Amino acid sequence: MSSATPTSSPGADAPLLVTQLHDLHVELGAKMVPFAGYDMPVQYPSGILTEHLHTRESAGLFDVSHMGQIRLSGETFAAVATALETLCPADFQALQPGQQRYSFFTDSSAGILDDLMVTRMGPGDGSDHIFMVVNAGCKDADIAHLRANLSNRCKIEVLADRALVALQGPKAAAVFARLVPESGKLKFMSGKSLNAAGFDVIATRSGYTGEDGFEISVANKDAVAFVKKLLADPDVKPVGLGARDSLRLEAGLCLHGNDITEKTNPVEANLVWAMQKRRREQGGFPGAGIVQQQLADGPSRKRVGILPEGKAPARAHTEITDFGGRVIGEITSGGFGPSLGMPIAMGYVETAHAAIGTEINLMVRGKALPAKIAAMPFVPHRYQR
Amino acid sequence: MSGIRFSKDHEWVKVDGDIATVGISPYAQDQLGDVVFVDLPAIGKKIEKGKELAVVESVKAASEVYAPVSGEVVEVNAALGDAPGTVNEDALGKGWFAKVKIANKAELDGLMDEAAYKTFCEGLH
Repeated sequence: MSSATPTSSPGADAPLLVTQLHDLHVELGAKMVPFAGYDMPVQYPSGILTEHLHTRESAGLFDVSHMGQIRLSGETFAAVATALETLCPADFQALQPGQQRYSFFTDSSAGILDDLMVTRMGPGDGSDHIFMVVNAGCKDADIAHLRANLSNRCKIEVLADRALVALQGPKAAAVFARLVPESGKLKFMSGKSLNAAGFDVIATRSGYTGEDGFEISVANKDAVAFVKKLLADPDVKPVGLGARDSLRLEAGLCLHGNDITEKTNPVEANLVWAMQKRRREQGGFPGAGIVQQQLADGPSRKRVGILPEGKAPARAHTEITDFGGRVIGEITSGGFGPSLGMPIAMGYVETAHAAIGTEINLMVRGKALPAKIAAMPFVPHRYQR
Repeated sequence: MSGIRFSKDHEWVKVDGDIATVGISPYAQDQLGDVVFVDLPAIGKKIEKGKELAVVESVKAASEVYAPVSGEVVEVNAALGDAPGTVNEDALGKGWFAKVKIANKAELDGLMDEAAYKTFCEGLH
């Protein structure tokens, strides 16, 4: 037996980095794997299926400290927002204090360099600044990108002294409210500095599972104690990167590097909603001309959901063909959806084949497996708006 | 010969006459995690030792299962279609993959007995 899909990571020869919670993961019996240069828990002894279903039923706790946390500040919030808008197609100027927005860095061909979360921290949090979270695998490039383009316009601080955990699931809000009742006031896509049972944290009501929940930034020195406090709640179980991936795929959320890359633009990636009207019209971000042209002409391919008809999962890079055998696209993420008990996937197909219900074939190990274009998310989002 | 034998690729074989029942070891299922699909060979398929016999899919990845002996597939474990998790629950029993009519019994000599395989797995840590 041999594993056919090893986890690849940049700088695979370099020694692996660890998060503040590494020893705790090992103590909890996690299976550790290299991911984006870090030694991370892919699963705990209960296994990916159980961890996945627990998150959908109760509350899962994820260590996402490998991701990059960045603080952008300047003379005024408007100055910072305006500066960041030169790199991203989102409307940051319109953000209210405490409001969070999903965005991405684009390049001159409108390719997606990384996707990210931006929160305008409120006046109650000291100054009015931006708290940004970027992907682990891209964070060094993102930081260099910010420094190269914005260092004369705002202060860029990498918050390397902070850990980040995600508490996700229908019971996440109740669990977190037991530590900090005020957290219940946060709505989906908003954030605030809070004191959670003695720990100073930055919490945003957001996540990567489709469930209600929080991403919580905590000082490295407090990380283990804070996480142990959360894990002491009987509703909370630790969840690894394996279930994180199956949860986000069921939720139809993109994984940068798979579903969105520097070779995909936001229009074909079906992320037009993340480019607010003013920015779509006015441009002023890298690749704006291409985005505007794509919006006017329609993209030649689209990111879609795919439901294989049988039980065989179709993995990333599986070719998608029409019934004549012509290649019309490729799967970018594919696997098994534990909440659905069946395989699910997403990928890109030529626009002519992108309508929901369109029948396609997936070429798995030389066999054409029937599948259909399907609506996403596969599992309904349960955000608390 | 009787008893269970293991390959270095973590497949097992139990021989009854000239029929070998093949599956993956408890070590292998543990490494894979939750099995969600097994792509079994067609009955009648001629397989060659060391070449692909089946593909086992966990939530995370697809892995090839190699044939520990050459021969012809005479039966597959169709019950895995509805209950692939049986591979995790009972790897050495109900989680078997296929029965193969052995082409060359001498190939079995290269496989490990239970004690040798246990030592082999311990050496992997």
